[in-house]
Amino acid sequence: MDPLALTLIELGAVVFCLGLLARLAGRIGMSPIPLYLVGGLAFGAGGVVKLEGMQEFAHLSGEIGVILLLLMLGLEYTAAELFTGLRRSWQAGVLDLVLNFIPGAALALLLGWGTVGAMVMGGVTYISSSGIAAKVITDLGRIGNRETPVVLSILVFEDLAMAVYLPILTATLAGVSFLGGLTTVAISLAVVTVVLMVALRHGHRVSQAVHSENSEVFLLNLLGAALLVAGVASAMQVSAAVGAFMLGIAISGATAHNATRILEPLRDLFAAIFFVAFGLNTDPSSIPPVLGWALVLAVLTAATKMLTGIWAAKRAGIARPGRFRAGAALIARGEFSIVIAGLAVASGVVPDELAALATAYVLIMAILGPLAARYVEPALKAFRRPARVAA
Amino acid sequence: MNVDETDLPGLGRRKDFMTASGRRIGVVELREGTMELIVSTWDDPDTCQASVPLTGDEASTLGNLLGGQHLAMKLSEEHREIPGIVTRQFSIAPDSPFQNQPMGKACIRTRCGVSIVAIMREGEVLPSPGPDVVLHSGDLLVAVGTQEGLDSAADILRNG
Repeated sequence: MDPLALTLIELGAVVFCLGLLARLAGRIGMSPIPLYLVGGLAFGAGGVVKLEGMQEFAHLSGEIGVILLLLMLGLEYTAAELFTGLRRSWQAGVLDLVLNFIPGAALALLLGWGTVGAMVMGGVTYISSSGIAAKVITDLGRIGNRETPVVLSILVFEDLAMAVYLPILTATLAGVSFLGGLTTVAISLAVVTVVLMVALRHGHRVSQAVHSENSEVFLLNLLGAALLVAGVASAMQVSAAVGAFMLGIAISGATAHNATRILEPLRDLFAAIFFVAFGLNTDPSSIPPVLGWALVLAVLTAATKMLTGIWAAKRAGIARPGRFRAGAALIARGEFSIVIAGLAVASGVVPDELAALATAYVLIMAILGPLAARYVEPALKAFRRPARVAA
Repeated sequence: MNVDETDLPGLGRRKDFMTASGRRIGVVELREGTMELIVSTWDDPDTCQASVPLTGDEASTLGNLLGGQHLAMKLSEEHREIPGIVTRQFSIAPDSPFQNQPMGKACIRTRCGVSIVAIMREGEVLPSPGPDVVLHSGDLLVAVGTQEGLDSAADILRNG
């Protein structure tokens, strides 16, 4: 068959299947991310059907997907919100980082994946899925709850931590020396600070530069700027995704709101392809051997997120049920864990089992997270009632 | 009244306060420009029993209802000594003949001896409105007059 025809047929079939999966996910009220991953596993190396023609496209689209994910994440926040969030939640944020980075990193060391593997797995278990968390909070009608700002500030802290972590990870994966690594950290910290300052004072100018009344011009401006910034950031070894995140933060006000609306469909498409592309590169037969470890990690890091939420909510003066709700809302891991694992896999310096473990882990956590958030309160009540009767 | 304002990074802003009855009540202004009315549960003030999405129109109507009630109560308090004088509220329906018309066109004072002492619009009070104030659908008119006068004023506002 003509290679172009083959690519189109494969791509069409995959995107169509993704549509079906997304519909299924919506029907049963779960995040589509685990289903996309499973879809990728089914189509990839060693899967049910093997797709050859669309590998190249899937790879580039996946990269664009990551850039759009981070750009939209940046668009969600204004620089002022980031600052207040940081001031309000840095203690909880640090606790979150310590408690949730260590399990992943420790397991990677235990499995003999070295410090690079530990860096990666620590990141995978650390970062909550702000997408899933925000959806859970909205769906369960908890926007007006008192613990919600606590949860959101922790997510803000995590996102900022990502902006520093990703460049370090990129440098580590590229095999940069310790000194070189320090330089990247310094550069990325400086860039993050400068962008935040600029966004706080001159955000409207950045917004003006990309803004247009014409939605076509606006879309092209936005996408062009995002890819340019991401490319330049990547060339400076600061990680393409972080460049896009920073651009998102710098764009503010009504422009950010319009940008979100206009980019959402594109992000959904490319991010879905990104998850599939990640699944494509993972051999499904490599998952069962690491499933046990994934379960251990899941239980452990669900508990550590719970602790983080409970501690942070307690500090904010929230009563017992609210503390547990805050903890449970943070449990879900998703898109960003896959972004981190994807970076590591693309660099080729981590063992294949890492991709398998990350996939299995995210599959579990993306399903467990929303369930935990939904049932933590009934569970708590059921748990407390017998105790009271006994007393 | 002490209203708490809390940022919800990425979602919007919450404004609420504690009522004397121990329930937290307020609104969440979402990024997309919509609003949610929130009311906490009895047993746990941290959580919400209801969060009702409101459009801009609905929010301002609710504001008028609450604010108008308060204003009317104050007025009836003041008029209590005068027998036969009653305060009542009229809302301008979307199909009212006086929608987008100056209030003077209805000639309410001339025809029924009723005074419109205030208009509630989008949560704001327009005190002592003149005849050239243009009425909008959703406006709440606070009127003072006799029982019969108010009845006929209601009929005029509804049917012209």
